[in-house]
Amino acid sequence: MLASEYRDTIARRNFTFVVIFIVLFFPLIQTVEFYPWVLFGEKNLKITIDFLSTFYPPNLTNTFLLKVFESSLQTVAIATVGLFFALLIGIPSALLITTALSVSEFENRKPVLPYFFRYLIRALLILLRSIPEIVWALIFVRVVGLGPTAGILAIALTYGGMLGKVYAEILESGDNPPGKYAMQIGCSRLQVLMYFLIPQNLLELLSYTVYRWECAIRSTVIMGFVGAGGLGFQLESSLKMFAGDEVLTILFAFIGLVWLSDYFSKSVRKSLT
Amino acid sequence: MQVDLRLSEIVAYDNLENIFKFLAEFFPPHTEKDFLKAVLIALWETLAISIVGTLLSAIFGLTLAYFSSEYNDTIAGKISSDFCKFLLNVLRSIPELVWAALLIISAGLGPFAGCLAIIFHTTGVLGRLFSDALENVPPEAPGVLRINGVSNFNIFLHNKMSQLTVQFSSYILYRWENNIRVASVLGLVGAGGLGQLLSFHLGLFLMDKACTVILAMLLLILFVDGLSYSIRRRIY
Repeated sequence: MLASEYRDTIARRNFTFVVIFIVLFFPLIQTVEFYPWVLFGEKNLKITIDFLSTFYPPNLTNTFLLKVFESSLQTVAIATVGLFFALLIGIPSALLITTALSVSEFENRKPVLPYFFRYLIRALLILLRSIPEIVWALIFVRVVGLGPTAGILAIALTYGGMLGKVYAEILESGDNPPGKYAMQIGCSRLQVLMYFLIPQNLLELLSYTVYRWECAIRSTVIMGFVGAGGLGFQLESSLKMFAGDEVLTILFAFIGLVWLSDYFSKSVRKSLT
Repeated sequence: MQVDLRLSEIVAYDNLENIFKFLAEFFPPHTEKDFLKAVLIALWETLAISIVGTLLSAIFGLTLAYFSSEYNDTIAGKISSDFCKFLLNVLRSIPELVWAALLIISAGLGPFAGCLAIIFHTTGVLGRLFSDALENVPPEAPGVLRINGVSNFNIFLHNKMSQLTVQFSSYILYRWENNIRVASVLGLVGAGGLGQLLSFHLGLFLMDKACTVILAMLLLILFVDGLSYSIRRRIY
C-alpha cells in the first residue's frame, strides 16, 4: 500500500489553527497571571502548609456541631421558602407567556399586541435569571440587612425567572396539545389549563421543581458567603478566622447536605415517573 | 428551623418608599470614560479567567478521566482508578466560590486564585462527565482491538476519542457558559475581574457605577452564550 494514500489532507490547516491558538493563548495567561510557581514560593508555601495543618483534626465539639446543624436547617429553610416565592413569580408569568394558552395562535391575522406583551414578560424573566443570584443577594443585603431574608428574596427572583421560562416551555411541549382544539370549540382558558395542560404535564413540572429545589440549596450555601445566612455565612466566618478544623466540618456538612438533597430529589423524581 | 422573614417589614408602606428610592439610585448607569475603561479591562480579565480555566480543566479532566476509566485490569490499576474517581468527586463537590476563598490564602488576591478555583471545580465536573462517556462507548470495536493486541492508550486515542470529540466539545462549551457566570462572580471574594469591581463599588454605595458593572456582566454572559451557540452550530 502506498503511504501517500493515508496522508491527512487537512493536517496543515489543523496545525496552523493550533499554532495560532497557542500564540493567542499567551496574552490570556498573562492577563490571568497564571504563574503556578507563585504557589510554591517560600512565603506562600509556608502560609499554605500552616493553614492546611489546622484542617486536621476536624472540629467535632458538641457546641460547634450544634451550630452547624442549625445552619444546615436554616439553609434548607431559606431554599424552600425562596423556592415558594419563586413559584409565586414563576407560575403567573409562565401562564402569561405560554403559547399553549394563547387564543391568538390559531387566528389568521398576525397578532401584534399579544406577541409584544408576551415578549415583554419574557424579557423580564431573562433579566431576572441572567443576573447571578449572588449579585441579587449582595443588593438585597444592602436593602434588608444581613440574614436569611436577603437570601430568600434573591432565590425568589432568580429561580422565579428560571421556573417561569421552563414551565412555559413544558406546557407548550406536550405532544399534540388537545387544549388548542378545546379552545377552538369554546372552552375557556381556565378549563384548558385545569383539564388538559396540567394533567398532561404535571409529572414533568413537579420533577423540574424538585430538581430546582436541590439547586436552590446549593445556591443558598454560596449566597451565605455574602451574608445571606445559612451554612455559607458560617463557612465564610470560619475561613476569615483561619480556623481550618471548623472549615473541614462545615465542608463535610455541606457535602452531606448536598448528597441528602440529591438523594431525596432523585427518589421523589423516580417515584413520580 | 425558623427563618425570620419579616415580610411585613419589607412591604410596609414607608419602607417600600425607601426601597424604591434605593433602587432608583441605580439609574442612570455611570458612563464616564475612565470608569468605562476600567470596566472593559475587568471584562477582559473575566473573559480570560473563564477561557483559561475551562481549557486547562478540559486537559486535566481528560487526563484524570483517562486514568479513572481505562485501567481496570490490574489490581494496582483498579486502586489508582478508584483514587482518581474519588479525587474527581471531591473536586466537583466543593463549589467554585469555596475553592476561591480557600485558594486566595495560597495564591493571593487577584485573577490567579479565581482561575485556579475554576480549574479545580471544572476538572472534577468535566472529568466525571468524560469518564462516564468513555465507559459508555459501544464496546465491540475496542474489544476487537484488544483481542488483536492494541494497547489501552492507542484504543483510547484512536477509537474512543474520535467517537467522542463532538460530545466532549459540547460538554466543554456547556461548562464555558457556566464558568463565565462563575468568573464574573468570583471577584466578590477577591478573585479579580468584574466581581471585584462590583463588590468595591457596592461596598462604597456607588450604585450607578455598580449598575454599569452589572450591565457589563450581563453583556459578557450574553456574548459568551451567543458565541458558544454559534460554535455548537458549526460543530454539529
